[in-house]
Amino acid sequence: MLQISKIRKTFGELHAVNNVTLNIPSGQMVGVIGRSGAGKSTLLRLINRLADPTSGTISFDGTNVTELKGRDLRLWRASCAMIFQQFNLIERMDVLSNVLVGRIAHHDFVSSMLRQYTDEERALAIRALDRVGMVQQALQRAGTLSGGQQQRVAIAKALVQNPKILLADEPIASLDPANATRVMDSLRTINQNDGITVLVNLHTLDTARKYCDRIIAMRAGEVRFNGAAHELSNDLVRDIYGEAGLETGIDESVTSTSIEEASSSNDNQQIA
Amino acid sequence: MSAPIASSQKLQKAQKIEIYSRFPRIPALHFAVYVGLGALLIASIGQVSPSPERLWDGIPRIFNLMDRMLPPETDPAFLVRMGWRLLETLQIAIAGTVFGVILSLPIAWLSARRISPLPFGSFLFKGLVSLFRTIPDLVWALIFVVTVGLGAVAGTMTIVVDTIGFCGRFFAEAMEDSDQEPQVALDAIGASKFSILMSVVLPDAMPSLINTTLFALEKAIRSSVVLGLVGAGGIGQELKSAFDLFQYHKASAIILSIFVIVLIMEWITDRLREKVK
Ligand SMILES: Nc1ncnc2c1ncn2[C@@H]1O[C@H](COP(=O)(O)OP(=O)(O)O)[C@@H](O)[C@H]1O
Ligand SMILES: [Mg+2]
Repeated sequence: MLQISKIRKTFGELHAVNNVTLNIPSGQMVGVIGRSGAGKSTLLRLINRLADPTSGTISFDGTNVTELKGRDLRLWRASCAMIFQQFNLIERMDVLSNVLVGRIAHHDFVSSMLRQYTDEERALAIRALDRVGMVQQALQRAGTLSGGQQQRVAIAKALVQNPKILLADEPIASLDPANATRVMDSLRTINQNDGITVLVNLHTLDTARKYCDRIIAMRAGEVRFNGAAHELSNDLVRDIYGEAGLETGIDESVTSTSIEEASSSNDNQQIA
Repeated sequence: MSAPIASSQKLQKAQKIEIYSRFPRIPALHFAVYVGLGALLIASIGQVSPSPERLWDGIPRIFNLMDRMLPPETDPAFLVRMGWRLLETLQIAIAGTVFGVILSLPIAWLSARRISPLPFGSFLFKGLVSLFRTIPDLVWALIFVVTVGLGAVAGTMTIVVDTIGFCGRFFAEAMEDSDQEPQVALDAIGASKFSILMSVVLPDAMPSLINTTLFALEKAIRSSVVLGLVGAGGIGQELKSAFDLFQYHKASAIILSIFVIVLIMEWITDRLREKVK
């Protein structure tokens, strides 16, 4: 159970995340929606401790995450995998090495320097690549892959971290609909088969509705809605997205239609 | 004026007025500062620049000096000794650059913004590198000649410090310019700053680091040649004593050999640079 309690992050005058309290039971798939600048990325960064909160606490299964330091902090980060909009792979390194980087927190100075990974770790990496359908490209340089392929490698990297939580910050914002569907399907399968809690920031309301058990809607750093997808009313959508809220919602549904068409016509690579 | 001549008088007049009103009026204080700076410039030229008369008088003396320098000394025993001195010069340059680069790497890491493992202390190392850089190499040479004595060791130490001043700064800049996104990803996985350095920062910055090192070597060779003038070893020491003893034929041979060695080293570093690209 992830417990976020009265968390706040300010940049100068700006409250990027303002007094947010959330309880997320293990195993849920949660979509975080809201306009650009609403504080979605900052919230995920606070959970992973890429950013430190101005006040408030985050705890996971009884451990106070906001107080961790040194090695404990590194192990927390390892158990709380992050996926980024821009994939953030090491482009000149091959795919397999990129995935093995997911084990880096479990290595000391010397072995991380020499990139000495155990056979089990290599096997784990290959299995993870297999799950996202990227084994064939294992020895290819990451920079030569398409965006969708890079994001799947990033998911494989997250898998070898053996995470308890997976945080995805707009993982499909840079992808075409077909690849977006693949990536969202992968996240959903990992959530359901492995029981990993998934928090995913999404621009598009309809994607959140389609994939997530629960939707959290943010505006100006605050949580405006926290509940099941069907409970999200038009009034609330208008509130979250502002004046043009409903129109945006309709726009999003166009995108999501094209996602569905693409997924049904595509030889959809299901992850095992 | 760019306005077409065919346009009406009225329009031209209006534009003229606008141009006049746009003409910058210099505030009195600024004007006073400009005048002061101008006066300072003219006074300085008078005091330190060569006057035409002095230049004119100097010309025959230059020809006279060149006449006394030619032909260069070709005595084999002298040439052999100079060969060893040149070798010593190269050793000073190369050893100094190698040690300087080795020390620059950790210093650059500690001083690079966002990449340094020290959250607040990085400015300390930045300051150290600036200090090394702003003090000229001949001054460092004098300091080391006084502290460790005359000879090549003082020269090598000077090159080490000079190289840290140069590489420390540009290495840190190359590290700061390295690809951000994978660094964030590694940070989010729980990688240590050292792991991030090894797996992303160094590989990304490597071409730039090698380039900087080659420039540092070139720089070191040029300065190792002159360090001898203050007694810090190498060929410069011979040049100084040749001038001191009015042995102009020897001096010209030394100058020629310096010219050749700098040219050769530049050619080599240029080839290496091409390989890095
Ligand atoms: N490092 C930072 N420094 C200053 N302001 C920031 C920083 N990170 C985010 N912000 C600000 O905080 C607000 C929330 O940003 P973010 O969490 O990225 O929103 P979202 O991901 O919902 O688009 C924005 O106004 C943004 O400009
Ligand atoms: Mg964002």
